[in-house]
Amino acid sequence: MQFRDHRVVGDILELAQRYRDQDADELVFYDITASPQGRSVDRGWIARVAEVLDIPFCVAGGIRSVAEAEAVLNAGAEKVSVNSPALSDPALIDQLASRFGSQCVVVGIDSQTTPEGWSVHQFTGDPDRSRDTRRDTLQWVSEVQQRGAGEIVLNCMASDGVRRGYDLAQLAAVRDICRVPLVASGGAGTPEHFAALFEAGCADAALAASVFHSGAIAIPDLKQFLKSRHIEVRT
Amino acid sequence: MDVAIIDSGGANLASLVYALQRLGAKAVVSDDAAVIQAAPRVLLPGVGSAGNAMARLRAKGLHKVIPQLTQPLLGICLGMQLLFDHSDEGDGPSDGGAGTQCLGIIAGKVARMTATTQLPVPHMGWNQLAVQQDDPLLTGIGSEAWFYFVHSYCAAPGHSTLAQTVYGAPFTSICSLRNFRGVQFHPERSAGPGARLLANFLTLV
Repeated sequence: MQFRDHRVVGDILELAQRYRDQDADELVFYDITASPQGRSVDRGWIARVAEVLDIPFCVAGGIRSVAEAEAVLNAGAEKVSVNSPALSDPALIDQLASRFGSQCVVVGIDSQTTPEGWSVHQFTGDPDRSRDTRRDTLQWVSEVQQRGAGEIVLNCMASDGVRRGYDLAQLAAVRDICRVPLVASGGAGTPEHFAALFEAGCADAALAASVFHSGAIAIPDLKQFLKSRHIEVRT
Repeated sequence: MDVAIIDSGGANLASLVYALQRLGAKAVVSDDAAVIQAAPRVLLPGVGSAGNAMARLRAKGLHKVIPQLTQPLLGICLGMQLLFDHSDEGDGPSDGGAGTQCLGIIAGKVARMTATTQLPVPHMGWNQLAVQQDDPLLTGIGSEAWFYFVHSYCAAPGHSTLAQTVYGAPFTSICSLRNFRGVQFHPERSAGPGARLLANFLTLV
């Protein structure tokens, strides 16, 4: 999503409030073209979101330095999420955790299934620059925790956009070595997919975008469904 | 002015300032002892580590000012932890040192939560409260209300505990002693119930 257009910012505020009113537990704002284009996220909209939003939100996209993260947090975001910049400069995670505390520092990982397991991809926001870093996903998950990540969002690329369910096998493998909150991303298509994720116990939270944006799943309906499956949700 | 927010360093006072704005309250962010002493109410927020926050308060002499305050004070998250005697949290991310001497207003210490793959730390997410004692801070807030928590350290339940929450083990989610109160969660990020709690605080005299 492009954040530089003021009309779009208005749409972001409206969307953010709508999700808040539907009892979304947290919002994540991704500026997915920021890293491939070598720019950081614009800040103006962050303060405007913070003014109206009373649930936690995280900002991701091209945060490459402590100063950039500080500006985002000072504007009112709860957390910053780093992905491509952390792959280019892993020490960024240490610096952010040391300055702001681990609870502010989310590491996003785009992970692709390979014949041997899973590998980490970078710059996935731009099809022309997206590349396989050849880093093993499980090794990267361990490293980012040692460096001070306070939360990991694992985007399983093979499942992403396909709406056939979360990649439970990969998430379970990551959950086994993960001592910080793990957020599952990629693959949600039906309420059943969310229930399967939580019943398998392989993630602490579920992230989804397209099924909510398209209206395919309404958050209140999803929460009622999960409740009926005896999964604890905030309602 | 309705409330002074103590600037204890760290980033992210904005979300608290905005939450108070939404309630129509006039808030001033300050690290000036005179401004804080004159305020009708005081908020002690805190994001970052106990060591950094206490160093900042000491540098401004506020470690001596805050315990002497007589107006209602509410510590939020790390700000609540600072009300206790001591925190295991040191300065660095490894926290291997002797921890941090805190404000010593409430007896007891703050300890690191133990991570497992089933109960990851930081404890991050929405939880409910088991209220042990009624308090004006909780007026209109039912037992079904959810609050947003983000923390790696906590205080075990004790005499000052108003409400507790279980994450592996029970911990103090609201504490109170005289005019001093603290909440381990973030009311400014806890939707309706959080706004109500802040509104209740703004009525305290």
